[in-house]
Amino acid sequence: MNPQMIRDEVLKALKGIAPELEIEQLRSDRSLREEVDLDSMDWLRVIEALNRSLGIAIPESDYQHVDTLDKLIAYLGQKAKSGEAEPSIRKG
Amino acid sequence: MIEFKLPSLGADMDEGTLLEWKVHPGDVVKPGQVIAVVDTAKAAIDVECWHEGTVSQLLIDIGAKVPVGTTIARLLEPGEDPHSARRTTTAAPLLIEEQASSGRRPRISPAARKRAAELGVSTADLKGHGPQGVVTLEDIEAAAHVAHPPDPDQAMRHAIAAAMTRSKREIPHYYLSETIALDKAMAWLQAHNAQSTLQERLLPSVLLLKAVALALRDYPQLNGFWLDNAFKPALDTDLGVAITLRQGGLVAPVLHHVADTSLTHLMSELASLVERARSGSLRSSELGGAGLTVTQLGDQGVDSVLGVIYPPQVALVGFGRISERPWVKEGQLCVMPTVISSLSADHRVSDGHYGARFLGEVRRLLQTPEAL
Repeated sequence: MNPQMIRDEVLKALKGIAPELEIEQLRSDRSLREEVDLDSMDWLRVIEALNRSLGIAIPESDYQHVDTLDKLIAYLGQKAKSGEAEPSIRKG
Repeated sequence: MIEFKLPSLGADMDEGTLLEWKVHPGDVVKPGQVIAVVDTAKAAIDVECWHEGTVSQLLIDIGAKVPVGTTIARLLEPGEDPHSARRTTTAAPLLIEEQASSGRRPRISPAARKRAAELGVSTADLKGHGPQGVVTLEDIEAAAHVAHPPDPDQAMRHAIAAAMTRSKREIPHYYLSETIALDKAMAWLQAHNAQSTLQERLLPSVLLLKAVALALRDYPQLNGFWLDNAFKPALDTDLGVAITLRQGGLVAPVLHHVADTSLTHLMSELASLVERARSGSLRSSELGGAGLTVTQLGDQGVDSVLGVIYPPQVALVGFGRISERPWVKEGQLCVMPTVISSLSADHRVSDGHYGARFLGEVRRLLQTPEAL
């Protein structure tokens, strides 16, 4: 899984919640939840979508490490590389 | 014969425009079945049927705008003979058909004729819904609505403006707030979520909603409606939940029986409600009847919110951001996750002392999260 593929999946997950999102306007070093205006329910939906597409379930205790777009992509890249990703069982 | 009326869609939605019939005459319907889709100022709503029966007549046309309480369809009760039922119906719909078929000039009220000229609406093909099929002012407005649908954003603002203006004009609000320590609640939640699958994770909102619902059982004067100059208590703990819409504005659909619902179930109900509120597929049963509304603006980062009561309700509970704040515990200064809760309540029904005791009960309940 290369970084570009991960980035595409993240943006797809964000677009699923916020269809009006303009990717070019997104500042990737700012708080992702503020940039995209995600409330806690929206954020949970993004985490679920990433679990479905990448097989990585981000625990709550790691939320602080994924609070910007850059950090989220780096975190997922790291997890994918270290083999923590499991094929998603529940397709939906 | 069952007269099926357009149900109440919440205090700020007093009329609806028919977008689609989901049933046809002759269809057998069951309670809970969606029979029509109605557009309101805020969203398209699936209107559910609460009777068992067979659709006999659909009384309004697509595009017609009618007030809440209007009979929009007639249903035959199970076992009812369609021929005997037909004779018992009022003559008005038949009259309209006769007039249309005989090709006579449509009858129209003077006010409607004037309004039609102002709006540029042609009255030639209009079907009247007044007495004996007379075209009324409302028919003209409905026809104009179809020809030039209003801007949905504007309609949403008008609906909110009407409800909130009424609230501030009629309800003598009083406001209270209390900071609640959430160390035990957040620790319990984190432990629960760490050992749960993603689908079973809970949000803090769910704990707050459950605590409010349980506290309302001991403080019934905050759960109910001000109607006809008197307080009518709600029969259950049905809570309105203020949900912000991405395109702007908000809706406050209902979570039912919150005090009797498990946290896990409440979480899935809330998730479903938020998703459907935002995609515009709420059901009519989810829009009316809440005895109190809860608003949580913490996700937007504010410390606290003092809300405006949603009439005819008599109280609103607000929660701000859950945040780590300095706190004194047993004489020691420490850092603690806290939330500022608030109560806006109607002084015609309750007093500050009563409201303060209610917020105290919410606080007490949140100290034993495992019991929620």
